[in-house]
Amino acid sequence: MAHGPEEIRKHVRFYIGIFAALLVLTAITVGLSYIHIGPEGDNRGNMVVGMLIAAFKAGLVGAFFMHLSSERPLIYRILIFTFIFVIGLFLLFVASFHDNIPPLF
Amino acid sequence: MEIPYTVNARQDTGLWNAKIGIWLFLASEVMLFGGLFSSYIFLRLGSGQVPGYVWPMHVLNVPMGAFNTLVLIGSSVTVILSWAALKLREWRMFKIWMGLTLLCALTFLVVKGFEYSAKFTHYGVFMRSGEILTGHHLHEVGEHYTLVPDAEGHGARGAAASAKGGAGHETQGTPGTQGTEASHPAGESQGAFPAGVTKLPDGTLQIEKAKVIRASNHGPRYNTFYAIYFTLTGLHALHVIGGMVVLGYYFFRGHVLYKVNPEHLANRVEIGGLFWHFVDLVWIFLFPLLYLL
Repeated sequence: MAHGPEEIRKHVRFYIGIFAALLVLTAITVGLSYIHIGPEGDNRGNMVVGMLIAAFKAGLVGAFFMHLSSERPLIYRILIFTFIFVIGLFLLFVASFHDNIPPLF
Repeated sequence: MEIPYTVNARQDTGLWNAKIGIWLFLASEVMLFGGLFSSYIFLRLGSGQVPGYVWPMHVLNVPMGAFNTLVLIGSSVTVILSWAALKLREWRMFKIWMGLTLLCALTFLVVKGFEYSAKFTHYGVFMRSGEILTGHHLHEVGEHYTLVPDAEGHGARGAAASAKGGAGHETQGTPGTQGTEASHPAGESQGAFPAGVTKLPDGTLQIEKAKVIRASNHGPRYNTFYAIYFTLTGLHALHVIGGMVVLGYYFFRGHVLYKVNPEHLANRVEIGGLFWHFVDLVWIFLFPLLYLL
């Protein structure tokens, strides 16, 4: 990727905008964690909202700081496989948790 | 031997080689942290199966964690600005932004160090009756422990939180009774101490060893939460140190390469920056999972 000086100066302003967005989202995450979302005694509402915000923040970092918004196809191919494998890993743990293996003896 | 494609892209991949290298490395890092995050999921799901057990929440220092989040996100911005400065061939600005990045990393580690030491000097005594007494300055004196209990107010809340955290899981009593006992924080009223605990005139608690299951600081062995907390943040802190080594090399030795091939140095900084953003990214998930939710 060839970056001209003007283009880079424009990017810099953009990075600072992303920085501000990330700080605001962090403040929102902290604030929301003190408000209970969903039914009493159930933490899943907060968990889902908290993780969605975190995923969005991660998306911002990945897309703009790590330049994934304009990267070569080969990088995307590597990341698609990584994504599949790591989600598979999470699901394996969740599945093994819900699979109650009957005692052998 | 000259390493090929450090500046110019290869025809077939459209990338310079280090770019593919770092992304493959980050892919393996995702799996490393993914394994530990799935352990977290597993432990947390499992904790819901134990009656009366409540996963400890808001037991860590949230302001410190939030401050560290700010510092780490800030350092992610400064590292990218140092890269942009190199691209514009502004050496002085590169040094300033990279220096700030290293300063942020150091700040993060110092704050983390304070958080760790606060936990390592904060003790919990697990009583056979199911209660957990928390405080500082735990000492063994003959057949007794002595403990300076947490102050009422914020300390009492801390005791209640850790009592919930340990109840039914670490102790062997019936979960039902522990559920009720957990709602009585240690030190709430002076007459409410469990059997075997006497309050000395100076406020120190004297606890009979025979009535105690175990006593430890809030280190990894304290309970499941602290075990996964120290594992995840410890590995993350090691990554911060690793990132500092790489970025520090650019900061202190970058001028050598800059004189020969500035574009090559810019590419190296981009690679180091990609690793640094990844470290930031892991923290973006760690902070809510461990401190908030």
